Amino acid sequence: MSGDGLLVPVDSKVHRIPAQVKIVALFVFVLAVVSTPAAHFWAFALYAVLLAAAIVVAKLPLPVVSRRLAVETPFIVFALLLPFVATGPTFDVLGVQLSQSGVLGAWNVLAKGTLGVIAAILLSATTGPRELLAGLERLRLPSTLVAILSFMVRYLNVVSDDLHRMRIARESRGYVGGRAGHLKAVAGGVGALFVRSFERGERVHLAMQSRGYNGRMPLLGEVGATRAQWIEGLTISLVAVTVAVAARVVGL
Amino acid sequence: MLVAIRSQQAKNVRVHVPDGFFDAPTSIATGLIAAGAVGFSLQRANREIRETGPALAGLTAAFVFAVQMVNFPVGAGTSGHLLGGALAAALVGPWTAVLVMSTVLLVQGLLFADGGLTAIGTNITLMGLVTVLVGYFVTRALLQVLPRRTGSVVPAATVGALVSVPVAALCFTGLYAIGGAVDIPLGKLATAMVGWHILVGIGEAVITAAVLGAVVATRPDLVYAARHLQQDLVLVDADGNTSTVSPDKPIAAKPAGRSLGIGVAVTLIVAGGVSLFASAHPDGLEFVGAKLGFESAAKGSAVAGSPLADYGVSGIGNAQVSGALAGIIGVLVTIALGLAIAKVASLRKAS
Repeated sequence: MSGDGLLVPVDSKVHRIPAQVKIVALFVFVLAVVSTPAAHFWAFALYAVLLAAAIVVAKLPLPVVSRRLAVETPFIVFALLLPFVATGPTFDVLGVQLSQSGVLGAWNVLAKGTLGVIAAILLSATTGPRELLAGLERLRLPSTLVAILSFMVRYLNVVSDDLHRMRIARESRGYVGGRAGHLKAVAGGVGALFVRSFERGERVHLAMQSRGYNGRMPLLGEVGATRAQWIEGLTISLVAVTVAVAARVVGL
Repeated sequence: MLVAIRSQQAKNVRVHVPDGFFDAPTSIATGLIAAGAVGFSLQRANREIRETGPALAGLTAAFVFAVQMVNFPVGAGTSGHLLGGALAAALVGPWTAVLVMSTVLLVQGLLFADGGLTAIGTNITLMGLVTVLVGYFVTRALLQVLPRRTGSVVPAATVGALVSVPVAALCFTGLYAIGGAVDIPLGKLATAMVGWHILVGIGEAVITAAVLGAVVATRPDLVYAARHLQQDLVLVDADGNTSTVSPDKPIAAKPAGRSLGIGVAVTLIVAGGVSLFASAHPDGLEFVGAKLGFESAAKGSAVAGSPLADYGVSGIGNAQVSGALAGIIGVLVTIALGLAIAKVASLRKAS
């Protein structure tokens, strides 16, 4: 897993929107989806169309999006179980009793979960980690938390590579596969990894302090968003909010 | 839902609550709890972070992220994955651990599209807050009774890890009772969740013990939960005179007055507010009990006549107000008990 997250490095309108706008837009969109009553099927179709349009504008290859959807699998299993365990009035399908609220609930979890994951993929595929951190800082996340986040992102590859080398070393000593006796070898490597990471953290902190680090990284270049960028970035989310309000209040 | 044992695909094993699993008010409420917890932890961990730098917490977060993908053989032909809440709490202390776990979940949600955006609050509350705090406080409580040796931290944290996972599953069920999108019998859900997560917790305990044991064997001074257990260093000079040097004292916690007050106030508000919702639903086990006809038997319970029986204050007519009051009184009693136990423990230590 690379330190760039899921970033698909192409140039598109969505890629160019400042990260803070995209984070807010994603949040508003997902909140609109979550607060839509499950029975308004047309609303979910509209949300899907909106997301599809955004994916086309962002020039994302479809396989990337669909492969990433696999994170949802455990909840699909949960959703498919719902019609059998939920209470309430039931109806017969091929001789099996299914709960009405359970079927609606399964649809609810599946539709909202899938739309949420696709929206999150849209953010992570169009925004690099450094821009994302700058965006979070612009959104007034506490600077200490941003600093922790940025160190984590920066050293993710280093620590993963450390782990990878230790695995190669362990497996070349014969500890391959998952026999129970191997736990000690695996855990020993992980314990050593913690000690290494801890010591690296201390070293990095001292080295950065002696170069004038005071807890904040200087921002290079202007990352503020103009009004036009906010409007452009929030278009899809505002349409989604309109749909949600229509579904809830008007009850179309 | 936390982590599935025995998955073939190590990379897709981190199971987070997705969007749409809880209704919007619950997601926002857990988001506020998570934000409050992170803010509180930042305040409490501030002195450590000023001294050791954010790099250390960031590196620990990267470590947890990487280790969550490791396949641990836990016996009986199965392999397990680590959640890491209790382990992180034992290694770097509870407040830094809350920050570390929240950072991991934020990066997973924003950078890797794992877990829903509106559910980030829920995920941080369950996996960043509940597992860390339960794991840590169980560990510390056991260290009071175990022999005063650095090595004692391993069995203590093992039990902490074992307990933390089913408790988080129980909290998930509680959240589901308040804001679940579908009505499913809570008793069934609680039984299934806790039953399954006891298994996951056993895996977590085995892995935590093995990893912590490895760290204690090489660098016991790095283990936060065991720092106060380090033995004095005995020095013998050329003339045979001995002198002792005590190890570095851990950074003293700030006087807890104001922040403790804020914490209590927040807890009271949450307990009162949550009880307002909770009292509308029958308790899961009671519900199952009623269905199975246990109710008459349950009436003989020893506390049935107590003023808080069935989580309502007797003598107050409105069921919801009485439920909220019961929640608040429950929190106060718990705090008083906790303080009393802490007092007794510190008296015993002093004597």
